[in-house]
Amino acid sequence: MSGEIAVGPPLIVGDDALSLQAPTMRQRLGKLGTLARQNPLGVLGLLIIILFTLAAIFAPWIAPFTPNHLSRETDASISSAHLFGTERVGRDIFSRVVYGSRISLSVALISVVGGASIGTLLGILSGYAGGAFDSLIQRAVDTAIAFPPLLLLLIITLALGPSFRTIVFALMLAVIPGVTRIVRGAVLSEKNNQYVEAARAGGAWMPRILLRHILPNVVALAIIVMTTLLGGIILAEAALSFLGLGIPNAASWGRDVSDARNNFPYHLESAIFPGAAITLTVLGFNLLGDSIRDIADPRLRGSR
Amino acid sequence: MQTFILRRLLSGFAILVVLSVAVFALLRIVPGDPAIRICQLNCRAEQLDAIHEQLGLNKPYFPISVDLKSPKFVTFNKDSQYGSYAKGVVTFDLGTSNVDHKPVFPTLRKRLPVTLELMILTLIFTIIVGIPFGVVSAIYRNSIPDYFVRITAIFGLAVPVFWVATLVLIIPNELWSYAPPLGRYVRLTDDPWLNFKQMAPPSAVLALGSAAGIMRLMRSSLLEVLRQDYMRTARAKGLRERSVIISHGLKNSLIPVITVLGLQIAGLLGGALIIEEIFTLPGLGDYTFKALANKDFDVVQSMTLYAGATVVVVNLIVDISYAWLDPRIRYS
Repeated sequence: MSGEIAVGPPLIVGDDALSLQAPTMRQRLGKLGTLARQNPLGVLGLLIIILFTLAAIFAPWIAPFTPNHLSRETDASISSAHLFGTERVGRDIFSRVVYGSRISLSVALISVVGGASIGTLLGILSGYAGGAFDSLIQRAVDTAIAFPPLLLLLIITLALGPSFRTIVFALMLAVIPGVTRIVRGAVLSEKNNQYVEAARAGGAWMPRILLRHILPNVVALAIIVMTTLLGGIILAEAALSFLGLGIPNAASWGRDVSDARNNFPYHLESAIFPGAAITLTVLGFNLLGDSIRDIADPRLRGSR
Repeated sequence: MQTFILRRLLSGFAILVVLSVAVFALLRIVPGDPAIRICQLNCRAEQLDAIHEQLGLNKPYFPISVDLKSPKFVTFNKDSQYGSYAKGVVTFDLGTSNVDHKPVFPTLRKRLPVTLELMILTLIFTIIVGIPFGVVSAIYRNSIPDYFVRITAIFGLAVPVFWVATLVLIIPNELWSYAPPLGRYVRLTDDPWLNFKQMAPPSAVLALGSAAGIMRLMRSSLLEVLRQDYMRTARAKGLRERSVIISHGLKNSLIPVITVLGLQIAGLLGGALIIEEIFTLPGLGDYTFKALANKDFDVVQSMTLYAGATVVVVNLIVDISYAWLDPRIRYS
């Protein structure tokens, strides 16, 4: 790129935009290829996510041991039998890292998709309805935002007792306010468009306007926000596990780091690998999220 | 401006009331009776009742209770748990901890300086790392320093605070058998240097994420300003490049940076919870965490209120600082 102003290559290649036929499979793949070449970091992020997703799905085939298998060697270093060594009671660190991806990814995915869906719904209703309902929702969002997220998570998990369901519920609550506010903003600018007015003038039923005219225009935004939130949610789940409020009896990266800190004398491998797995996963989601945001909103390009 | 501040203070107050009611209600769903924790084993029913009486746990929860089954739906309770709690907050009586049986307010005052120092040091680290590196990255765009800053920022946003903190404790210990002087907290006024040695590593670790965020934001914000017309005007006037960047570029690009610094406070307060645990600092985060683990109602209640109040006040300060940074912004 030269010059001060970043002019990204156009997203729709000229000829395609003019042709009236739907793009063929090959053209679509070509476009994807162009996108990929323009966003090498996004591709890297996607590859990291795919790697961890595969590890989560095929954990029993990839991991040489079960996560709680006790080997006779304790605090072992890296070796061919134990790729990442073993920890204090002899559990294989590599196997635990592989199994740990199941918890991390499933918790994050479920809570972000669930929270973002609820947030989108609230945002659409709040933005479209306006009036008392809107102020009610917005004041609730204000309150939720004026609150350290980790403290909220801790209170909820302690109140309801740590379990898969509680943690997903608490993380969902953490996702909802931000998404609600962003979607509401988009709806406010969307609802004054002429096609919405036309639909209203044509006597369309309100749910129809919301579903047919508003929702499709904010869904892309919601998906972008979702991808950018995933990394943070993985970090939050790991922090909960680290503080001993994770899912009981599950192999979780956060808890393994906590164990490594509490076992003295220290064992480096036990601390490094689970934490590195968290970092790498979050990195993957952040890189992908940034790229998707840049592609969807070229004005933000260069803000990385 | 004054009306603006007044209105914001009022809405902030409303937010805190809602927050306290929500936390109050949430804490009452917690299974487990604090009375059982107090008299521990062999607790007879009369003893439990006595403790309930003493702690006021036999009173109704809120001043207004709604019962759909009774003939009159709404009853007003003159004496309620929330009522006496709210009365206490106004008179700086935040109740008593169920764990050490000491009143909350003096403990809060004793522990606040630790967390305050942690927060201030973290903000200083965030600013002195985030802003200059972000500026350099924007001015020398697509150069090697720029790539270095961007990659560092990407990593800074991805590493978990508790992992870095753990490594900061473990790695020096493994390699050089060095342990930071933790364990017994030394006050700033007693031994400033030893205090700094205790406080610097936790603040630096906590600042990692926020500094990375500020670096990225500073970069993009300055890049945005650099392509504005008034920058060209300033150069055309014959100003030196340095004063163009500093007085025209930097000042205008700081607004989003300050907003985000304000927003980061909430996250940092949460991070302090973990950091104080790991580095065994006797601050408010540590107090909150122990109170949560022990279902210490009065303490958790007060600490959430303190956290919420901090966030509200910081946001107000951020909004006021806009007017100073950009005279075009006026509040009415």
